Amino acid sequence: MTQALVEFDTVVKRFGSFTAVKELNLEIHKGEFVAIMGPSGCGKTTTLRMLAGLDQPTDGEIRFSGRRMNDVGPSERDTPLVWQTLALFPFLNVVKNVEFGLKMRGMDAPTRHAKAMDWLQRLEIGEFATRDISQLSGGQRQRVALARALVTEPEILLLDEPLSALDAHLVIRMQGVLTRLQRELGITFVYVTHSQSEAFAMADRVVIMSNGLIEQIGTPQEIYREPSSRFVAEFVGRNNIIEGEVTRTAGGKVTINSPVGSCTAALPSQMKVKKGEPLSFVVSADVISLSNTKPKGENIIACELISEEFIGSVATLFVETASGAELKAQIQQRDLTKLDTSPGARIHLSWPSASVHILPQTSNLQGEMT
Amino acid sequence: MTSERAITWLLRIYIGLIFCFVFAPIAASFVFSFNSDRFPTIPLGDFSLQWYKNIYNDPAIWDALRNSLTTASVVAFVSTFIGFCTAYTDYRYRFFGKNFYLALALLPPTVPLVIFGLAMLAWLSQINMSGRSWSVIIAHVVLCTPFAMAIIRLRLAQMDQSLESAAWNLGASEWRAMREVIIPFTLPAIVSALCLTAAVSFDEFAVAWFVSGLNQTIPVVVLEILQGQVDPRINAIGTFVFLTSMTLVIIAQVLIMSRDKSKEDAG
Repeated sequence: MTQALVEFDTVVKRFGSFTAVKELNLEIHKGEFVAIMGPSGCGKTTTLRMLAGLDQPTDGEIRFSGRRMNDVGPSERDTPLVWQTLALFPFLNVVKNVEFGLKMRGMDAPTRHAKAMDWLQRLEIGEFATRDISQLSGGQRQRVALARALVTEPEILLLDEPLSALDAHLVIRMQGVLTRLQRELGITFVYVTHSQSEAFAMADRVVIMSNGLIEQIGTPQEIYREPSSRFVAEFVGRNNIIEGEVTRTAGGKVTINSPVGSCTAALPSQMKVKKGEPLSFVVSADVISLSNTKPKGENIIACELISEEFIGSVATLFVETASGAELKAQIQQRDLTKLDTSPGARIHLSWPSASVHILPQTSNLQGEMT
Repeated sequence: MTSERAITWLLRIYIGLIFCFVFAPIAASFVFSFNSDRFPTIPLGDFSLQWYKNIYNDPAIWDALRNSLTTASVVAFVSTFIGFCTAYTDYRYRFFGKNFYLALALLPPTVPLVIFGLAMLAWLSQINMSGRSWSVIIAHVVLCTPFAMAIIRLRLAQMDQSLESAAWNLGASEWRAMREVIIPFTLPAIVSALCLTAAVSFDEFAVAWFVSGLNQTIPVVVLEILQGQVDPRINAIGTFVFLTSMTLVIIAQVLIMSRDKSKEDAG
């Protein structure tokens, strides 16, 4: 890869005795859509604010195209931010809001007005140019905020949970707008969110943070299928995380004795396990097959149905094994009709050993410690 | 329903009575200012503008008025400026002793005016600044700044915390952000503070009486006239002072109300 656009080099940020970000190392490349995701207080917003120069790192270095940025003030960087509150100026009308950044750069009035109008047209809100901010709907304000940030044609755009105040259907629409804009402009988006669906729908790479540390960096697929730690597996949800003990390893497969029964899993080639060792593995809810009669094959767990949850075309079934361990499985609604799903019904779960993801052991230890 | 209506009417009458209680003396003064009789008695004499002509032709009143207006305008600008700076430092920074700083800034109106005036006189004569034209200005600035600060602070509290950062983020230096964002946002409160501090200064008597010396303001002159004799000119002056102050206070109120509306819109 070429020179990274943004580099975080062991960046630490402390507020008094509280450490918001601990030794952050991250490279962001030109044209990438990176989502930083994590629960509240994980340090994702602080990371974004350091990128914008609104907070200074306590330790470490932030570089833009190789240049050290630690002591560069927010007004001397070209890192516009779309704020969670949008932070539109209420005393200026729509087009004056959009012009603001250009005005600060000393552009003359007619040119900046024309540019601002271009961006409003591009975001399909040209007709609202002379309106007051208070007269706009949530979705329209969102577009004004985007236009205001993009009008200076920056190399990088920062977004801090910009969609959190919108209705669900508007979120989907704005996701489309953002993805399209990012592709067309070819600029880097750094998008902070706690919403998995937003991050997975838009980002090329997702960074999962927790307690000021990066837990995992990867494509949405990797994060979802191969979580690197128990935290990520839990955060991503829709997963069954099972702890057990290695009873046998043979032929690239490992057999684990766990509360749900004896399970086999494909062992990653770089991983070494010994008999008797504790091991955690993840079975995504959507790789599990269900049937009322006992199927043939591996990893067959007999369960009793506790309850089911419908979300449109997908249903999640919550089941319990004879020993009391709880599991969840996700199936298409059309497959549900083939099953007896009365509460208490006998159901057999099964999954191929290749679909099992074994959590790296070191992160298991970390997970237990926190 | 009927009892509810009865209560509504009772409350209306109650409010009406309170307004009568507050405004009757002022209304009386207003009416008698146009009365030709020397003593305020009923039945009224003829309608007359003689008391207004009288004060119009009195150079002492003109001097006092000039003093009052100069004082009020200078006080309004200085105390609004200091009030703005205090409110902004409170909004923007955290520092050691901030609570003490705020308490100190809000203290002056809680001191009884006579004591405040006396203390001001003692202090200003100590440093050889009493009886000058700006003695009253200094005293009034101390008295009015907390009002200005309180109004502007309230407005800043309504501001989205990220607004100023957003300006920096878009390339504005700190001074530029102050000019382009903070001041426009607080402008209604600033104008409101200007009007209110001007009104307070224009009306204030006790402190001015102590420190004004020969540079008397209108309220001080009113007292001097009153001490000498019963003089209907007071009614005329009173009417004028009342109208001036009320205009300023009403402007301030209207601005405060309009800013509440803008808050609703934002929410």
